Amino acid sequence: AGPDPLITELQDWASGTGDGVDATPYGMPIEFEQDVVRRNVEWLTADTISSINFTPIHALDGTITPQGCAFERHHSGAIELRKEDYRLMINGLVDQPLVFTYEDLERFPRENRVYFCECAANTGMEWAGSQLNGAQFTHGMIHNMEYSGIPLRTLLEEAGVQTAGKWVYVEGADASSNGRSIPLDKAMDDVLVAFKANGEALRKEHGYPVRLVVPGWEGNMWIKWLRRIEVTEMAIESREETSKYTDTLEDGTSRKWTWVMDAKSVVTSPSPQAPIKHGHGPLVITGLAWSGRGSITGVDVSVDGGKTWTEARLGAPGTDKALTRFYLDYNWQGEEMLLQARAKDSSGYVQPSKQDLRAVRGENSIYHNNCIQTWWVKANGEAENVEVS
Amino acid sequence: GKFGLGRAALPEEIAAWDKDVAPDGTGLPAGSGSVEVGEEIFAENCAICHGDFAEGVDNWPKLAGGEGTLADKDPLKTVGSYWPYLSTTWDYVNRSMPFGAAQTMSTDDVYAMVAYILYSNDLVDDDFVLSNENFLDVEMPNAGGFIVDDREMAEKHFWNPEPCMENCKDSVEITMRAMVLDVTPDEGGDDAAAVTDEAAPAVEEAAVEPVVETVALDPELVAKGEKVFKKCKACHQVGEDAKNKTGPILNGIVGHAAGAVDGFKYSKPMKAAAEDGLVWSDAELAAFLTKPKKYMKGTKMSFSGLKKEKDIDAVLAYLKSYAD
Repeated sequence: AGPDPLITELQDWASGTGDGVDATPYGMPIEFEQDVVRRNVEWLTADTISSINFTPIHALDGTITPQGCAFERHHSGAIELRKEDYRLMINGLVDQPLVFTYEDLERFPRENRVYFCECAANTGMEWAGSQLNGAQFTHGMIHNMEYSGIPLRTLLEEAGVQTAGKWVYVEGADASSNGRSIPLDKAMDDVLVAFKANGEALRKEHGYPVRLVVPGWEGNMWIKWLRRIEVTEMAIESREETSKYTDTLEDGTSRKWTWVMDAKSVVTSPSPQAPIKHGHGPLVITGLAWSGRGSITGVDVSVDGGKTWTEARLGAPGTDKALTRFYLDYNWQGEEMLLQARAKDSSGYVQPSKQDLRAVRGENSIYHNNCIQTWWVKANGEAENVEVS
Repeated sequence: GKFGLGRAALPEEIAAWDKDVAPDGTGLPAGSGSVEVGEEIFAENCAICHGDFAEGVDNWPKLAGGEGTLADKDPLKTVGSYWPYLSTTWDYVNRSMPFGAAQTMSTDDVYAMVAYILYSNDLVDDDFVLSNENFLDVEMPNAGGFIVDDREMAEKHFWNPEPCMENCKDSVEITMRAMVLDVTPDEGGDDAAAVTDEAAPAVEEAAVEPVVETVALDPELVAKGEKVFKKCKACHQVGEDAKNKTGPILNGIVGHAAGAVDGFKYSKPMKAAAEDGLVWSDAELAAFLTKPKKYMKGTKMSFSGLKKEKDIDAVLAYLKSYAD
């Protein structure tokens, strides 16, 4: 091949000038990255106002999810609530029911913590068989951000929890009045009342100005537009903890209060939306792993559908209830692969195969599908969502 | 408290927000409502999504039926077949429904609605009246169908410090492929554009001449109208990517023929009005929006109406800003 004209010829960008500093007071990704966006699966729900979209995890690297492409789930649409109009009430079994303004919240001591938020329905469409062809659609109901917020414990102590109080019922300000019951132990442990994510204000779609962060537990409990915290004796058993977010087993009984998100992982590249486009030789196999029970201690990768496993390299040591990036640096010679990842966490839990999960839970759980995912990578580098024996 | 931040919550404030109802009836206000009244309210406010008999429309939830299906391949989970506590239904209807007009129903109406939902599930007779007095007497069929999370016991074998690394299986076969189903959304921009073209309303083809005045719109009024339009958004879309939802697309609606949006299934009376040559002039639309069901008996539009004239003016201005 001859010399590369991109090198030998003078390019416009090397001669003229680019944008000035006032061109984009708040920047968006460059136009060439326009395909890195949230996507919706229209047939899933009746209306986009009560629906979900998916994080483009196949196109991201590292572990922090930019807010602008972090999945959204609303039950009555994303509302506009000004900080000035924001009120947070604590009532119920407390010594002094209180009302806080947004400004009040900014005066409490706060912390920074990175946590993943996963919808309990993530991978839910795959229970009965492989359906959606892309990591974004099979595993994209997840994001991972650095939150700045107040420990819920601090606010509860400010109101004074009475000894009869065993639960908190938390609800949002939107029309769905999404409410969930959380045991007091968890509320006093690591739950945050957050107002910043990745350093800046929460986005409207993530609950601006204030949302609850419930580390390791299903996303539905991370109440957005948080307006009220009620200390109660018992669980309220609202719609979102009885009719929805309960997991029906094969015999027709259903598990409730399945709050913890089990350890899980997925190869994000190569994958159906991120095929191998280069030739043979070095290939970076990469993906994400997480656990609601603690930190990721290791990830195994298989290229032969689970016959043999190789321990992958972690991008950084796993941290508590946060995404961990893994890499397997691989020498690909064009062979077909049945690519899988298997997460292991600090509680000793190992991500199960789809068969093992179905053996206990059947196919009707809808929620909490944390099975091992298989991508069939073909000789031409394209990949497809499959199930294997 | 330690920090002395915040202020005492007033009893009226707590009463305004603390509306949740627990399974034992804690939080339930005094009141009552009959199946008969509930049926009327349901038809007017809920049937558009949930069906006249709570059987569900399109992808919207079915509220009735499904008894005995929970162990089937595709269980039908409804208030009757699945929900363990009646308090949940009352609480959800009271605080979250109807979609797009939540928290607007009276206490007695909520009792009536819940009574009707029970009736549609064959759990009570047609002369039943539900009240705070007899609330806990209603037996929910699946009340005993739930167990508390037992994963740590039932799935103990997933805690396995030494998972298999080599020779874990004899052979591996592909048993199912996603491509066969082909339900994955397309990602290309071309496809999206094509869909929009198809869905675009055929209003230009309507036989009636547009009667829109070509006066410039007052931007302030349009902005106000956008806010008012929030009430319509649960069912209607406008703009470039608008699609028919529960209600038809409203691009170019002001001044155009009624019942003419392609691909939308209008009610019988709307079709009849369209055949009679109804045109959505400012005056006709204003009359419709004031009280839809009074203006057109039998319309599918479940909206109760815009009470303020200035809201109607604003929303008309907003709709005109989407002339086409």
